[in-house]
Amino acid sequence: MKHHINFSVNGDDYSLAVDPWRTLNELLREDLNLTGTKLGCGTGDCGACTVMVDGRTVSSCLTLAVSVNGKSVTTVEGLAPSGEELHPIQESFIKTGAIQCGFCTAGMEMSALHLLNNNPEPTEKEIRAGLSGNLCRCTGYNQIVEAISVAAEQIRDSEHEKEER
Amino acid sequence: MRLPKFEYFEPKTLEAALNLLTQNGNNAHLLAGGTDVLVKMRNGRLKPEAVIGLQGIEDLNGIHFDSGKGLAIGATAKLAEVASNPDVLKHYPALAFAAGVMANVQVRNMGTIAGNLCNAAPSAENAPPLMAMGAEVALANLQGDRRIALHQFFRGPGLTAMEHGEIMTAILVPFPVPKSGASYKRVSARCGVDIAAVCVSAWVALDGEVCKDVRIVLGAVAPTPMRAVGAESFMREQTWTQELIETAAAQAVQESKPISDVRASADYRKKMVAVLTLRALEQAYERAIKN
Repeated sequence: MKHHINFSVNGDDYSLAVDPWRTLNELLREDLNLTGTKLGCGTGDCGACTVMVDGRTVSSCLTLAVSVNGKSVTTVEGLAPSGEELHPIQESFIKTGAIQCGFCTAGMEMSALHLLNNNPEPTEKEIRAGLSGNLCRCTGYNQIVEAISVAAEQIRDSEHEKEER
Repeated sequence: MRLPKFEYFEPKTLEAALNLLTQNGNNAHLLAGGTDVLVKMRNGRLKPEAVIGLQGIEDLNGIHFDSGKGLAIGATAKLAEVASNPDVLKHYPALAFAAGVMANVQVRNMGTIAGNLCNAAPSAENAPPLMAMGAEVALANLQGDRRIALHQFFRGPGLTAMEHGEIMTAILVPFPVPKSGASYKRVSARCGVDIAAVCVSAWVALDGEVCKDVRIVLGAVAPTPMRAVGAESFMREQTWTQELIETAAAQAVQESKPISDVRASADYRKKMVAVLTLRALEQAYERAIKN
């Protein structure tokens, strides 16, 4: 039996009937065409499918679609809603060469967002701990750690400017 | 790689969940965080016809602390919530550490302590500190409730004392007595993300320099998390010295029954039991004298 669920993705409200055995990852990619979120291992180890549900990162491959009823989901598409102006995290990933094949990038950026929302001034160790659930097989991680450190600085600077205005 | 088909229920009360569990018999499976259950369903090790999600039951949410009763961790409280809870950090730092280093950020945002215990892996990361601190688990079925000491809960890999029709509603940890302290130490190949190759927790209660009481719990070195009871009785009522804890650590090695697997060899595990038991006892002592 399908279940009726109401939820939002990147600020857009949806009302859908879903089979209980479908995951949030399948719902996002197949029904909503939000293919920025990837599917890697399917067992919660690689982090390629990371999205935010009510402000906390989860593996969308291990989240039942029915369980997001009434909740608010943010995917990588929500980082740059206009499709033109990028989020500081995305900008810094490009500038520091933190993207190679790109498969892990969406998940990395969502984990980075979760980290910086909770800790605007992370140390290198804290950045690495914040990425503990995301695997990258290209970069060797150093550029990704640097990207997040640069993004953190930029976000702090722009907050500071806002305060001064 | 897709999940097999099943019916899904999301009861709002414990009673409704217990009714569903009893009605569906062996075809039902409970779902708390899903990080173990959905993986098992994906690889075909588990094929329930009915999945009962517990997240909608308000009574099972949250972490409650009371300086008289101690700590009550609801069955659906997330590992990340336990690791960052101010009362847990202050009064139960060994548990906050264990919950905060296991798996990764996403799994900690989804998974629960109750799920970790019910999954009953020999390496269940939260079991050693909870057993060391004398935790009990609260189980409910349609007939009523019962409590069982966590050290009597595990029966084998994947096996627990829970009977069909029962739901774990909470994990209960007593308020720490004065001059007591607990600690948790682990080793794994790749820091936290990996399942622990060996983990050890110690709890001590002091009377001056005398070790009044002690519990030493070893994880991932036997079919279930185990108490090193020989090492414990050796230490009880003895004056705390370096020699005492070194001998106790050597005794704990004798009691451990590790196997060799992908994570570590039995020989390495035995060596690490000695190292981690010593470190766990040292830190538990440091915490006890300050408490």
